[in-house]
Amino acid sequence: MIPVASSNYFELFQMPQSFRLDLGKLDSHYLELQTRVHPDKSAHLSDAERRLSLQWATLANEAYQTLKRPLERARYLLKIQGVDTREEDNTAMPTEFLLEQIEWREELQEAVILRNQQAMERLAGRLKTETDNLFDSLGTLLDDERQHPAAAVMVRQLAFLEKLGRDLNDALAALED
Amino acid sequence: MLLQISEPGANKTKPVRRLAIGIDLGTTNSLVATVQENGATTVLTDAKGRALLPSVVRYHADGEVEVGHGAKLYQSEDPENTFVSVKRYMGRGLEDVVTRQDAPYRFADTPGMVQFETKVGLISPVQVSAEILKALHQRAVQSLGGEISGAVITVPAYFDDAQRQATKDAAKLAGLEVFRLLNEPTAAAVAYGLDQAAEGTYAVYDLGGGTFDISILKLTRGVFEVLATNGDPALGGDDFDRAIYDWLLTLNGYSELSTGDARRLLSAAREAKERLSESTETEFLTEMSDGSVATIAINRKAFNRLTEALVKRTLTPVRKALRDAGLSVQDIKGVVLVGGATRMPIIRKAVGEFFQQPPLTDLDPDKVVALGAAMQANLLAGNRTGEDWLLLDVIPLSLGIETLGGLSEKIIQRNSTIPVARAQEFTTWKDGQTAMSIHVVQGERELVSECRSLARFELRGIPPMVAGVARVRVTYQVDADGLLSVSAAEQTSGVEARIEVKPSYGLNDGDIARMIEDSYTHAKDDLAARRLQEQKAESARLLEATESALAEDAALLDPDEQAVIVEGMQALRFALEGSDWQAIKQAADALNEVSTEFAGRRMDYSIKAALTGRKVDAIRV
Repeated sequence: MIPVASSNYFELFQMPQSFRLDLGKLDSHYLELQTRVHPDKSAHLSDAERRLSLQWATLANEAYQTLKRPLERARYLLKIQGVDTREEDNTAMPTEFLLEQIEWREELQEAVILRNQQAMERLAGRLKTETDNLFDSLGTLLDDERQHPAAAVMVRQLAFLEKLGRDLNDALAALED
Repeated sequence: MLLQISEPGANKTKPVRRLAIGIDLGTTNSLVATVQENGATTVLTDAKGRALLPSVVRYHADGEVEVGHGAKLYQSEDPENTFVSVKRYMGRGLEDVVTRQDAPYRFADTPGMVQFETKVGLISPVQVSAEILKALHQRAVQSLGGEISGAVITVPAYFDDAQRQATKDAAKLAGLEVFRLLNEPTAAAVAYGLDQAAEGTYAVYDLGGGTFDISILKLTRGVFEVLATNGDPALGGDDFDRAIYDWLLTLNGYSELSTGDARRLLSAAREAKERLSESTETEFLTEMSDGSVATIAINRKAFNRLTEALVKRTLTPVRKALRDAGLSVQDIKGVVLVGGATRMPIIRKAVGEFFQQPPLTDLDPDKVVALGAAMQANLLAGNRTGEDWLLLDVIPLSLGIETLGGLSEKIIQRNSTIPVARAQEFTTWKDGQTAMSIHVVQGERELVSECRSLARFELRGIPPMVAGVARVRVTYQVDADGLLSVSAAEQTSGVEARIEVKPSYGLNDGDIARMIEDSYTHAKDDLAARRLQEQKAESARLLEATESALAEDAALLDPDEQAVIVEGMQALRFALEGSDWQAIKQAADALNEVSTEFAGRRMDYSIKAALTGRKVDAIRV
């Protein structure tokens, strides 16, 4: 076994290959693996063992972070099934969703200018509701209906929301400087 | 894959205990601690029973170097050759430090890291730090009566790559084997968590002499997981001294003080600050160089007014760390105070108010970092104490690459669990382009000019292609010390042009070799002897590691494979009897080479055991 990026992350943690995941189990399997491979376990060993440790622990972290976050998990599930979400060049999305996004972006901009923390937090609340709903639907599309192209569209939508969430977080953080 | 799963490690051998130390390399004071054979963790003291070694180094004209209490006495008399708070200059360029007018040093305009002009020539902050490390190493050898197998050295969690690399270089210069660079708040959490058997989410508020860190950690059943960290690498107890100093300047009507008098007044300011932690007001006299006497009189109320802004400045990183961890104040079960500066009542009050609970001060805030580092060093040395734990730390600042328009594209996000690797692909923008320059930066800002520049390098040898066809894959790898290495390779042609980079503010291996040589022009030992000694120590470690690996897992090898390794060990043992540095190195390299496959199988076995829930601990010695 050589730690390579092509290893299947679900297999690595002995988890079923699905979007709905037992996160508690993922956590404990990750920690079990990391307990064995972390570089702290090989600090007194040979160069070869230290190098292997570094590679394995790096892979374990990458795999865990991918499976832990729902958007990354969905993207990864689609990828290993040969579906490219094409987030860089495909912006096809429901019009309704796009209009809503423009509206939210404007709200954020206004809140930034006015340094209105409450407005930002309200927006964050709505964003969370919308994100949770989409993830619910995504679970159905991926695990029950196996509608991969539709799931890819939803992943692109969620990527939009995630970007908005990051910008919102940065804006809130900026209020603290 | 696995040849046979008979129970490896059935033959029990008593494991060798290795002497390991934890070093808190502080801005103001440094300490060394160890876990003793009976399992107790203690700070090692000097001959006079003092635990703290002032981080002060004085260079004499005859080449003698004085470290600690003796050097501290001369900080006012010989300020240009006596270095205090040198940690502030680690991995920093001249442009970073010119704004601090109070430092009495003569800075030299050298490329990369700033250097000082002294009686004995140019001295780098790395060399000054190495002297402190040497003194602590010596203390440990004397106190423990044996060779030290390795050390864990702590750094502020918010140290960037250049500062970490500089610290590691200092250890190399001091001839110390570094098991790990460990973040100070994480070290404190280990000491605290193991001591108090704490579980839950904790904040560690660490205000040292010159740096401030805040880390949020989750402690569960032997796992210390850092959720987020933040800080200010240029904010510490020193700044509280400065606040009093500035006030004293105005009060006494001093316009321009000599460097010696400035140091005198700063020391007085520090003393006043420390006294105010014990009592509500203080008054004493300080004699200046012209014989005049300055009255230092201040009460707590005035002090609080002078330092209120500084206290507030620490709360911004605290809020950011909480936000990054996705937590609020209510989620924090306890707040551990670390660093001598947290003795100030104004800090305790502010932290208590912010977290809505009295902070925890069970362990001495001066010693807790060194104690945690010692515990970690003992673990990393492989001294099994029955108690085992796992540390999952994070990188404090995002790592990016410069893209068109001078923007930084983040490749690794801050607060990513380390070790971590990420790759990004880039392409050529001109037909026939055969080289690509890569600029590595660290920081959260969008503009490269507002981030710290870590390294620039050029990938050459890309085969000429039409613009946009080449696929250059740039990989960032951050190891468990939080240190970055970058490599780049062109994918389509299979041409592997690869380069490892070191920060521009760091020292290259040539610099280090020169400094080691310099340090021997004044000393009695010689360079060759040290090199031989280091190679011998390293080889002995390798032999020991291979031996214990064979004792545990020989069953994973067939007899022929085992024979090759045993042969390699014999060859190295034979070489070790002589004093030919080259021969020892060759034998060690050869043994490393033939054990690579064995290492892989051991790892596989361990991983399988982890995933199938088999308890291999029970059968391992």
